[in-house]
Amino acid sequence: MLNSGLFTAPFMIHAWISASLVAVLCAFTGFFVVLRGSAFAAHALPKAGFAGAAGAVFLAINPLYGLVAFAVGGALSIGVLGKSERHDVATALILVAALGTGNLFLSLTNKYATGAYAMLFGQIVGVSAQQVWDTVVLGFVCLLAIALLYRPLLLASVSQEVAESRGIPVRSLEMGFMVVVGLVAAVTVPVVGALLCFSLLIGPTAASSYLTCHPSKAIALALLFSLITVWASLILAFFSGWPIGFFVAIIAGLFYACSRAVGFRHSGANRLVKR
Amino acid sequence: MSHLAGLLFARGFFQNREVMDALLLGGIVAAISGVTGIFVVIRSQSFACHAISDMGGAGAAGAFLAGINTFWGFLTIGVLAAIGVEFLGDRARERDLATGIILAVALGVEALFLYFAAHFTGKVGAPMLILFGSIFVIDPSTVTVVTALSIATAVVLGLIYRPLLLCSIDPELAGTRGVPVRIISLVFIILLAVVVEEGSLIIGALLSTALLIGPAAAAVRLTHKMGWAMLWSVVLGMMATWMGIVLAYDSFGWPPGGRGWPVSFFICVVILLFYLLARLRFKLPRLAFTLAGRAVQDA
Amino acid sequence: MTVPSALTKQNPVLDIRKLSVRLGDNDILKSINVQIQPGEFIGLIGANGAGKSTLLKVILGLVPVTGGSVAVLGKPARRGNRLIGYVPQKIHLDRDIPLRGRDLAALGFDGHRFGIPLPSREKRRRVDEMLVAVDAAGYADAPVGKLSGGEQQRLLIAQALLTVPRLLLLDEPLSNLDIGSAYEVVGLVSRLARDRGMTVILVAHDMNPLLPVVDRVLYLADGNAAIGQVDDIFRNDVLSGLYGYAVEVLRVNGRILVVGGRDSGDCGHLLSAETHCCGGIA
Repeated sequence: MLNSGLFTAPFMIHAWISASLVAVLCAFTGFFVVLRGSAFAAHALPKAGFAGAAGAVFLAINPLYGLVAFAVGGALSIGVLGKSERHDVATALILVAALGTGNLFLSLTNKYATGAYAMLFGQIVGVSAQQVWDTVVLGFVCLLAIALLYRPLLLASVSQEVAESRGIPVRSLEMGFMVVVGLVAAVTVPVVGALLCFSLLIGPTAASSYLTCHPSKAIALALLFSLITVWASLILAFFSGWPIGFFVAIIAGLFYACSRAVGFRHSGANRLVKR
Repeated sequence: MSHLAGLLFARGFFQNREVMDALLLGGIVAAISGVTGIFVVIRSQSFACHAISDMGGAGAAGAFLAGINTFWGFLTIGVLAAIGVEFLGDRARERDLATGIILAVALGVEALFLYFAAHFTGKVGAPMLILFGSIFVIDPSTVTVVTALSIATAVVLGLIYRPLLLCSIDPELAGTRGVPVRIISLVFIILLAVVVEEGSLIIGALLSTALLIGPAAAAVRLTHKMGWAMLWSVVLGMMATWMGIVLAYDSFGWPPGGRGWPVSFFICVVILLFYLLARLRFKLPRLAFTLAGRAVQDA
Repeated sequence: MTVPSALTKQNPVLDIRKLSVRLGDNDILKSINVQIQPGEFIGLIGANGAGKSTLLKVILGLVPVTGGSVAVLGKPARRGNRLIGYVPQKIHLDRDIPLRGRDLAALGFDGHRFGIPLPSREKRRRVDEMLVAVDAAGYADAPVGKLSGGEQQRLLIAQALLTVPRLLLLDEPLSNLDIGSAYEVVGLVSRLARDRGMTVILVAHDMNPLLPVVDRVLYLADGNAAIGQVDDIFRNDVLSGLYGYAVEVLRVNGRILVVGGRDSGDCGHLLSAETHCCGGIA
């Protein structure tokens, strides 16, 4: 197995680095996405990013620019629309707007068929050295942002009113967080695929929340699940040639289902902690 | 008048068999989507709607691999997904998360199916049709099935209209009045799945949400009365679909490829335009007023 | 901790003069005058829509003032005043959110600062102390989402107290509690406030659980306010003046009931939690 290039082929080294960083990023961001219940947005932003990537290819520029533009733009638009519209409707409309234009771009560039497929479902061969560098830089920016916003965002997510009373600019904070989610989506899409970025964002945290109520332990567990998911998917995708997104979705789903089952059995024990 | 018609409709529009079928099918699906969409908006089920359409796409990919008409794939998995979502739990956030995870698994499977399709059958275009719609290449027999299903859906919706409305606005009150809330919710989500999958057929799994949510969201901003909202929703949806078809046909020969721009793109654009106009409904007159005032001042 | 004697009648904690607030087309508060002294326990009473929440938001600096002035501890009301502690009515958290009771309380200690929470002995000690003071130590390590409304509320009170406020605002803490718990919470808040020399404004629409501890009542109706001792406010003439129509105050078994109707002969609508249709009184 070690001779097959799993760890030595250049594209695999790129894949290992990007995938690991993405797993870490999604675990930390996912904590807040789950806390705030932004499941739909977490699903919509990667897809919007994908549309941007298609546009970038059409304009013959780096797809990452398109990814970031549409994912972050989408996040901001949801925030703006969401001020006077139901949140889920706003998300749906932005998603549809992005995908509609993505459809246009895709149909106008015949050469993008396989590239589009890779962006949607994840292909490990798609990651170049430049992309790894971009991923690392953007990834660190996002991690820094999450670390910085951790406390006020936690307070605002628990009670918007208390946060406002303490002088926290809740609206701006929420927009800022959405932008970070957009950036994380943009970074994750080339690795895992637009349709399955969501699995990595939500799955590990949702799974860990059934196993512990201690926030630091939950994040640590989510990190563990996330990394295992990504690494196992890489190995399986390498040997089978199947899309990496398939494995990520299935493994993340398994972690979630098992954790939920285990958590259910132990919910009696939690009651005992109280008294 | 015929000069205007010549401008709007490219040559051969009214003689084209596929286009006429598309107009008919599109109109029917838009109409039923308009009515159902209002309920989706007031029940805050946009995510479930989108999840069903995505999962239906996985079903279509599977059907394609198996060599069956993709509509059956859309429909069976869509309905199964809908029932599954309904039983996922009552708490909104937990249900959203669970929906998302299951959706992701379905999409993962779809990824695998499409990979097999591309590799083993060599038909690379199939994923695009499933994801973005195939209104111009639909089997005539599908038209009949879709029409029949739409009429059936409309009838059932008409039957459960009042209890459904009550459940959607105030489920607790509905429960105390003896309305079987769970059954009504289940029936509704199955109807929704049918409508979503019909939409997936013409505008694609990724975009059928547009036809359901867009016109309804616009309509809800234009009026507070249910009846009028439904009418607006249907009218806007049908207009968007027809305009989309016309524009797509007219775009044949446009740069860069000369193969025309996709119909689902046009339908989406028109729907979003309608939504933005509805949103600006009160601001537009005021905006026009200030702009006119400024123009007069400068003059 | 006792309040320095210099801070008495001359420096009210809350000084509201001719305050008017207009939101959209509605006059929520109409030229109200209120002075609250340090250490007082004020019950802010009124029916739904009377303007109680708006008044709290004005004090917190979250709602702009249309007319008049609001001074909190000598300075104009502004956002993020660290000397005001706020306890919201409810929080909405999923059952399985990974957050413990003590994490919720600890948000009061440093939740407003940027960055990651670093564990410190001082923080742990203060949080533990506060949890004992509000009687929540028993569920400090339980998941917040699985606690009852009353338990979550104690944690929210702990959270507010950890900011070491001079003025504590509680927004309808009793609405979802049974009568026994309501009296308990009121007793707890009163005790904590006295020990720390805090001024308290507790919003409710039923006066009765507050009767044992309250110093004065601030009654809001239709944007008008009256403040004074319980017996001076709960009178037919005073409340009728506030509401603008005939209102009757009844005392039954030591409990206060406020009953009223817009038209004579019309069935009265709910004015406080204890009111009933004018045709039948419980």
